[in-house]
Amino acid sequence: MTTAKTINLNLKVWRQNGPKDKGRFEEYRASDISTDSSFLEMLDVVNEKLTIEGKEPIAFDHDCREGICGMCGTVINGRPHGPEKGTTLCQLHMRHFSDGDTIAIEPWRARAFKVIKDLVVDRSPLDKLIQTAGYISANAGGCPDGNAVPIPQEIAEKSMDAAACIGCGACVASCPNASAMLFVGAKVSHLGLLPQGKPEAAMRAISMVREMDRLGFGNCGNERECEAECPKEISITNIARLNREFFKASFFSSVM
Amino acid sequence: MQLDAKIPGGPLQDKWDRHRFELKLVNPANKRKYDIIVVGTGLAGGSAAATLAELGYNVKNFCIQDSPRRAHSIAAQGGINAAKNYQNDGDSVWRLFYDTVKGGDFRAREANVHRLAQESTNIIDQCVAQGVPFARDYGGLLSNRSFGGAQVSRTFYARGQTGQQLLLGAYSALSRQIGAGKVKMYPRREMLDLVIVNGKARGIIVRDLVTGKIESHSAHAVVLATGGYGNVFFLSTNAMASNVTAAYRAYKRGAVFANPCFTQIHPTCIPVHGDYQSKLTLMSESLRNDGRVWVPKDPKDKRAPADIPDSDRDYYLERKYPSFGNLVPRDVASRNAKEQCDAGKGVGDTQLAVYLDFADAIRRDGKDLIKSKYGNLFQMYEKITDQNPYETPMMIYPAVHYTMGGLWVDYNLMSSVEGLFVLGEANFSDHGANRLGASALMQGLADGYFVIPYTIGGYLAGESLDEVTDQHPAFTDHTKQAQERIDKLLSIKGKRTADDFHRELGGLMWDNCGMARNDKDLAMAKEKIRALKAEFWENVLIPGADKDFNQSLERAGRVADFLEFAEIMITDALARRESCGGHFNDAFQTEENEALRDDENFCHVSAWEYKGDDQDPEFIKEPLVFENVKLTQRSYK
Ligand SMILES: Cc1cc2nc3c(=O)[nH]c(=O)nc-3n(C[C@H](O)[C@H](O)[C@H](O)COP(=O)(O)OP(=O)(O)OC[C@H]3O[C@@H](n4cnc5c(N)ncnc54)[C@H](O)[C@@H]3O)c2cc1C
Ligand code: SF4
Ligand code: FES
Repeated sequence: MTTAKTINLNLKVWRQNGPKDKGRFEEYRASDISTDSSFLEMLDVVNEKLTIEGKEPIAFDHDCREGICGMCGTVINGRPHGPEKGTTLCQLHMRHFSDGDTIAIEPWRARAFKVIKDLVVDRSPLDKLIQTAGYISANAGGCPDGNAVPIPQEIAEKSMDAAACIGCGACVASCPNASAMLFVGAKVSHLGLLPQGKPEAAMRAISMVREMDRLGFGNCGNERECEAECPKEISITNIARLNREFFKASFFSSVM
Repeated sequence: MQLDAKIPGGPLQDKWDRHRFELKLVNPANKRKYDIIVVGTGLAGGSAAATLAELGYNVKNFCIQDSPRRAHSIAAQGGINAAKNYQNDGDSVWRLFYDTVKGGDFRAREANVHRLAQESTNIIDQCVAQGVPFARDYGGLLSNRSFGGAQVSRTFYARGQTGQQLLLGAYSALSRQIGAGKVKMYPRREMLDLVIVNGKARGIIVRDLVTGKIESHSAHAVVLATGGYGNVFFLSTNAMASNVTAAYRAYKRGAVFANPCFTQIHPTCIPVHGDYQSKLTLMSESLRNDGRVWVPKDPKDKRAPADIPDSDRDYYLERKYPSFGNLVPRDVASRNAKEQCDAGKGVGDTQLAVYLDFADAIRRDGKDLIKSKYGNLFQMYEKITDQNPYETPMMIYPAVHYTMGGLWVDYNLMSSVEGLFVLGEANFSDHGANRLGASALMQGLADGYFVIPYTIGGYLAGESLDEVTDQHPAFTDHTKQAQERIDKLLSIKGKRTADDFHRELGGLMWDNCGMARNDKDLAMAKEKIRALKAEFWENVLIPGADKDFNQSLERAGRVADFLEFAEIMITDALARRESCGGHFNDAFQTEENEALRDDENFCHVSAWEYKGDDQDPEFIKEPLVFENVKLTQRSYK
């Protein structure tokens, strides 16, 4: 490891007791933070101190701390997951901050996501989107041999690019319209690119887009903020593919 | 208690087919009359919940995270094994079976492992049909890599994100059933107790982690797929919420716990670098396919790695194990790293690390090829350590990774409590004393997609179950107990946080019940853990309220269970008077420092039955019978 040093920071953290509480920023000092620690480990240190002082620690979601589960995520100085490109909050290290910095930490803000407490929000609308049609209908058992249908490597790779979405919701939080188009586009692309996903492709695109409206997500205004902030660098071309699927389906299919 | 593994008769190859035929069936129209609780949404729980719902059962599915898609399985990197023999390199169901039994140091059941190898091929077909974007060759066929000590290429993968893609497959199947109303999903719930009525598992008590409300849920059968207990060590590669609570609560209600001391220490993790550290990050084992492990020959050699010429390096795995080299199984690789560091040859600031060097591979294959194979891993390494592994060797050290022990189950995956089934890492069934790479994903999905759907039907069809609702007195009683425990925890208002206790517990376990164990230290650790547990219940400080989103309270409950469970691990480690796989007792080793088994006296599963809080659990033996493989000393020379 590099020779770590320690830094001191001023935190402005959003505290909110529940969905009905108005919420406010509170200021804390984070002292002697190793630059080798992650952002979440920095919050751990602050929380241990708050606890010992008899105060309530800051609630935040996290689990894998490896950038793959999609559970973590807050807005850091106005940017979802913080300043590093292609990085989840748990993989953001304190070496990217300087001694004396002030850091504002807020929850995802979007009409579809309610605050549960402090930095924790309810992202279940993303699950609902998948429940509508974000799958291939293949019951367990009786599937053809895995090699029965060759899939060109390039297609498999493209599908995998889209499948890398971790469902964190940063795209929604970064979008001025709080749209979930990048998330939906990624799923529609992941499945629709594969031969196995084609039979339901039209239905999938239409159902997911309708459900998105119903759940209170906004429309895509082509602002491209989502792509810039996505920790998995999901490409905005997935939204174009979603739009194509959607229009193709609307014009040529009877599922409308 | 007697344990009957219920292994079907007949030749090994025919057991599963025959058993499936003999199992009673639930009439399709009757399936909807049965409620099944599945706790966990990882590969095991997610696939089980989806498949049981597809069959027509009513499923209630629970998980701790905010979404079923975030279960710890999501983090698996390297791949999943299957005996497809697509590479025509000599693989077969039998070979996968044999490798798994041998890799587990002959401490797993032949029949279970053989079934696992048989079902492995169906898993791949299932996942492809669901849209899992496995890696493919130029011709569009599925690609394989060799992994974790296997001499054939049978590992299927999706970049370094295999667990993620397989889990998203199971999650999509699950989501489809949630959408169809066949699965009712309960996220942000933590199981706190198991409810047994008339000797049968009939429900669970959970805490709603958002509101703090204690809920009762009844069913005709309960399936636990709650993952492993590696976090007893505090630092591990497991996700933060991974816990033993669900399994431990079931244990306290009568389910026996098997082989708790069998834990796997993974050889290639990013070393510990500070006491604020919250978890360890795995670097996929696939890296050992191209990386070479070494330390300086001279402990005093403090030169930068690039300045140390080949002649002054010790490629100790290649030297000691010429035929397997850097690809020896995990337990062997881990113990050797520890041995080098104990001999003072460790590298880096803490001297608790060895080099994993890609310079030769880059020279041979070019940077681009190495990048295409390991790009995301190299990137992850650089993000965490701020060092560029294309230019300087990685530093790695072993870390706790997987727990082979778990709740005891019979061939039907039913625990010693009737109607309680246990799947995935939470059970003990298939990996013996050491798990081979890429076999956990295989086991989780085999259990969920292809085993439980049959065996649970056999159970339900064969039982006449009373009508039990969540109003039954057992639920009221267990709810009260769960609430009292929470009240007690919150009332202590001591001086140390739960994390602080957890860290101390983890240190004790790592030092004394980790890679190499000895009787004296084990006994000492047991005493210290008892004292720590006593202190916990007098001095833990939990802020916040009960009926609220309270992460400190969640963690404290898990730490309380780890403190009790750690003792059972030690009891088990002390009782096993041999070394095997992940359990290495210094007193039992060959002249070449390999694990020395005692097949005469210890060729068995050690199961432990709860006998009260302040008593040692009772030992129950399930002898292991090997009819198809010959027990040999593992050799990777
Ligand atoms: C970093 C890493 C990499 C790995 N790579 C590989 C690999 O390449 N190949 C391989 O085969 N294996 C790998 N493994 C091992 C493998 O990932 C796990 O063994 C496997 O995924 C476990 O799956 P599971 O379904 O049993 O449990 P988990 O995925 O751990 O799921 C547990 C579920 O139970 C829920 N749960 C737990 N406790 C409770 C409770 N008290 N109440 C309610 N719900 C609860 C959780 O919310 C979660 O949904 C890896 C492991 C790690 C840590
Ligand atoms: S598209 Fe990117 S930002 Fe949006 S949920 Fe997926 S990973 Fe997160
Ligand atoms: S904690 Fe899992 S992605 Fe950050």
